Amino acid sequence: MESSLLWKEVLPGGATWSHVLKRGTALRITDTEGDANVAAYFLNFENSSERFNLPDTLKAQHTARLRAGHVLFSDMGRVLCSITEDTVGWHDPIAGISNAALIEKKYGKTTYQQSRNGWYQNARDGFLIELGKYGMGPRDLHATVNFFSKVVVDDSGNMEYVGNNSPKGSYIELRAEMNVLVLLNTSPHPLNTDPQYAPKPVELSISRVPTPMRDDRCRTLCPENTRGFVMTELYFL
Amino acid sequence: MQTTNLKTSLLKPEAALHSFVVEAGDPFVVEITQGQYVRIVDLEGNQAVDTIFYNAHDYADRYSAQDTIREQGNVYLTTGTSLVSTSGNVLLTITADMHACRNSFLKGIQQWNRGMDKRDITSNINFFMNVPVTPDGNLTFEDGVSDAGKYVELRAEMDVLMVISNCPQLNNPCNGYNPTPVQILIWDKNVQ
Repeated sequence: MESSLLWKEVLPGGATWSHVLKRGTALRITDTEGDANVAAYFLNFENSSERFNLPDTLKAQHTARLRAGHVLFSDMGRVLCSITEDTVGWHDPIAGISNAALIEKKYGKTTYQQSRNGWYQNARDGFLIELGKYGMGPRDLHATVNFFSKVVVDDSGNMEYVGNNSPKGSYIELRAEMNVLVLLNTSPHPLNTDPQYAPKPVELSISRVPTPMRDDRCRTLCPENTRGFVMTELYFL
Repeated sequence: MQTTNLKTSLLKPEAALHSFVVEAGDPFVVEITQGQYVRIVDLEGNQAVDTIFYNAHDYADRYSAQDTIREQGNVYLTTGTSLVSTSGNVLLTITADMHACRNSFLKGIQQWNRGMDKRDITSNINFFMNVPVTPDGNLTFEDGVSDAGKYVELRAEMDVLMVISNCPQLNNPCNGYNPTPVQILIWDKNVQ
């Protein structure tokens, strides 16, 4: 609903963003040019030792990709965010984030003095700086997800990056089920095969959204999700 | 199907420096110095052994599942796999592999008493577990693939801290709903 739109901004490529997404609101991330990558990490803002737990998220929902209907579990079994809308169908939860060494090896070295805002950013340093603003550090950065990117695993376990996964205009919407500190970074996916450092911008918008009903798609996906919602409701009693 | 590089070790248990038994449901914490070998033995079969490794000199630098699998380009850990840390260090290498829970972790690091807390409990390795990923992005769960006496063995490439939670889960088919003990053997770097 356009009327519930509260905020809209553009996050440039190679940049980091954070916001405490409140329960009852949703964040839509739109890939305005196509082929974006958005690394994301989530913590309970009120008790930041409770954070996104990737293995539990994948095990509970029997999946190695994320799409509409899935939720992001915390390590306490609560639901941080639900993926309520998604036009892509496959978001990568397994390949992790780029770091300074990986970016330098792939694209060469840049300095801020020479390249100014065109210098090559990496997701790990971006996340660590952002976490520092909230009094946190490397101990607090655990496994992350990559929205809009796709990595497939063959029968032997080999990983392959699949390009052109996200057409221009693709979007994903995350409904906050708690007050969630969301961190995003738009550096290239660590397995991106483009020899040029060419991170893409995304558009971010925040809207007020209705409380999920009993028959909510994310809540009813599997018994584990239902239990996660119940645990989250208990937390807010 | 999934590639497992099965390999047994020549190291003899009687030559080990240390031997510990971790009972079902118990935590276990030990430092392993660079060059030493550590073996985790599934004593009765099909036990899930949750394990986290830290840089012994900087606990903020710890095992990263995502960096490990991305660097080797394969999602399965087996003989030859380098376990990579969040800062990009190689913590340990798996030298032998015969196999194709969290409250306990918290108790372990609290007993270790070196300033670690829940923030330090990162994604762990499930030794002796088998959770194949399918090409269409699904996860499937198979019974434990481990038999009694099977083990995984690693060489420390730097000084590391090993924290084990001997999975106290009672409702998991991986251990036939029967949690069992594991043995930890440590050999010195110059062992023959």
